[in-house]
Amino acid sequence: MDIQPYLLLSAITFVIGVVGVLARRNAIIVFMSIELMLNSVNLSLVAFSAFLGDVTGQMLVFFVMTVAAAEAAVGLAIIIALFRNKQTVNLEDINILKW
Amino acid sequence: MFAYSPLIVVFPLLGFIFLGLVGWRLKNEKLIGILGSGTVGLSFLLAAMLFFQMLGLQPEERKHAVELFTWISAFTGTSSSLTVSVAYQVDQLSILMTLIVTGVGFLIHVYSIGYMHGDRGFWRFFAYLNLFIFAMLNLVLADNFLLMFLGWEGVGLCSYLLIGFWYDRKFDTGGYKPGTATTSDAAKKAFIVNRIGDFGFLLAMFLIFVHFGSLNFDAVFGRAEVLTPGSSTMVWIALLLFLGATGKSAQIPLFIWLPDAMAGPTPVSALIHAATMVTAGVYMVARCSILYALAPAAMQVVAIIGALTAIVAATIGLVQNDIKKVLAYSTVSQLGYMFLGMGVAAFSAGIFHVLTHAFFKALLFLGSGAVIHAMHNEQDIQKMGGLKHHLPTTYKTFVVGAIAIAGIFPFSGFFSKDEILWKAFSSDYGSVFLWILGVLGAGLTAFYMFRLVSLTFEGEPRYGHEVHPHEAPRTMTIPLVILAFLSIVGGFVGIPESLFGGNSIEHWLEPVFAPAYDKLRLTTHVTEIAEYLSMILSVGIAIAGIYGARVVYLRRTELAEAWKAKYAAMYRILFNKYYVDEAYDKLFVSSTVKVSEGFLWKGVDVSVIDGAVNGSARLIAIAAQGIRRIQTGIAQQYATVFVVGILVVLGWLMFK
Repeated sequence: MDIQPYLLLSAITFVIGVVGVLARRNAIIVFMSIELMLNSVNLSLVAFSAFLGDVTGQMLVFFVMTVAAAEAAVGLAIIIALFRNKQTVNLEDINILKW
Repeated sequence: MFAYSPLIVVFPLLGFIFLGLVGWRLKNEKLIGILGSGTVGLSFLLAAMLFFQMLGLQPEERKHAVELFTWISAFTGTSSSLTVSVAYQVDQLSILMTLIVTGVGFLIHVYSIGYMHGDRGFWRFFAYLNLFIFAMLNLVLADNFLLMFLGWEGVGLCSYLLIGFWYDRKFDTGGYKPGTATTSDAAKKAFIVNRIGDFGFLLAMFLIFVHFGSLNFDAVFGRAEVLTPGSSTMVWIALLLFLGATGKSAQIPLFIWLPDAMAGPTPVSALIHAATMVTAGVYMVARCSILYALAPAAMQVVAIIGALTAIVAATIGLVQNDIKKVLAYSTVSQLGYMFLGMGVAAFSAGIFHVLTHAFFKALLFLGSGAVIHAMHNEQDIQKMGGLKHHLPTTYKTFVVGAIAIAGIFPFSGFFSKDEILWKAFSSDYGSVFLWILGVLGAGLTAFYMFRLVSLTFEGEPRYGHEVHPHEAPRTMTIPLVILAFLSIVGGFVGIPESLFGGNSIEHWLEPVFAPAYDKLRLTTHVTEIAEYLSMILSVGIAIAGIYGARVVYLRRTELAEAWKAKYAAMYRILFNKYYVDEAYDKLFVSSTVKVSEGFLWKGVDVSVIDGAVNGSARLIAIAAQGIRRIQTGIAQQYATVFVVGILVVLGWLMFK
């Protein structure tokens, strides 16, 4: 089994996620990009698991999914709360953390 | 016996500790009084026993030092290490001073039981007095400069505490607006002026240590004996020591604190500011006689300052109206005589005058205390008069004191003062000029003392009908009588050969001053006729002064007013004490305040120090104006920085 295509795909999706987090202004899309990064990590984990014949990687993936689900719930709740207060989800307008 | 000599110092210390710790619980004044004076009495008994033992010994066996413990030990790495012990040295000079301090001190303690009766600080007063005696005994019995300095500072502290004993009472001192000063201002003035002198003492001590490599009297004086006179270091040491003496003993230029020290209770004035503490400077010069013998120039300074102080203070005393201030200026004047004696190498005559002065001046102060007590705290002699009928014992003893200080034969003051005057004339270091100043001062002394006697005790009463003067209680009159007796006979220990006496005090002190006399190579070259002439002249001028005072203030009282009007300018100068306080105020106090306010406060403090503090704050603020723009509050920018950082670290890990 050749592992390189999997890793390549994983790397590409991870970078897309990073760029999405850094560059997009919509909080929902930033949030989705974070999910994309998590899933790209999951992909490399299962790829290595299969390649090495070790189930530890797959086990870790379940943990990541659990955390991601919890995180999605909390994160969406925060975004909704933000929208109720600011009537926007544009991150450039949410800058109250400065001097 | 010698081994017990430290006990002399310990008793008053125990008294101070006990009274200071539990005195406030003791409600019984009698008990406090007995404890306070008892400790000093014990010290006196011990000193007297020691003295009588010393009388039976050969002169060279009379000196003995007892070391208690090492106080300071510092290895400096060079040849001279500093080792100072708490050690007490008994010799002819120190036992004499100890007898004066404990003897007169004991009488004044007893007197205070009556004088301080009913005062709410009764226990505090006796605790301070005991502490004073302890410090003073340290001063006179110390066998090294540092322990002496401990006593020196200790008596200064006690002086401060006791001048300001009634710290909430009003007292008019020089240099303040009238009516605004309290006795604690007088206390502060005394302390600060004394500090100036102490600074000189300290510097002298440093020089002595550098020069001789020790602070121990025996070591320093032993090494000094082999030196030849004239080195400038010795002159500086002697002059700086004398600066210390001018502070403690109220000489020109530092005499201004003593008249204000009269703010304290009268027994304090008698004990500290007349009989004992103020003579510390004289004692110190006498103790260091060999150092002065090495610096004849400094001795000249001592003699001139002494003579000038004697005459200046006497002239001020002529016109003061506060009974205690007259006595205070008289003390300053008499201390001047002692220094005159020191300066003309008449060391034993100076110490002799310390002894007789302790008797008659303590007597005069205690007498004035009895008067003040009787007049309900009135001190203005213009509001007294005719008190001899109400206070017969006080009157008689006071007159004895006045005759003694005036120097009438055969009272004690005659012998000591005449000895000094004669030496001021005949000694190799004396001169006619010094002698004339001294004789003039003697005449003035007689005049102002009998002005005081006349205005206070004789003539018509000038006080209101509501005042009913009464004689003092026995605890006050008995010390007066004893001191009066001593004022009469105290001089007999120093009858000069020319009057067929043995001058035993001079022989007694001979071994202490012998090295200095050797160094000075003194000669006597004036015939005895001159000595008799000098005696007759000084007694004559004193009698003239007494007679003059009685005429002016009793028989022809209009003369005093007439002179006051005729010589108004001079009277004003004398009444205002030559404006010395005002001059010092202008010269040192106001100018210090002005420089402090205009330059140090508004210049240095506001612009330099505050400017530096505020400036650095402003600099940070300006820098922050730029740098804080980094913190945009947009989380994505922070994340970008993270990512860039991670990339940099990863790149470095991969390509290093």
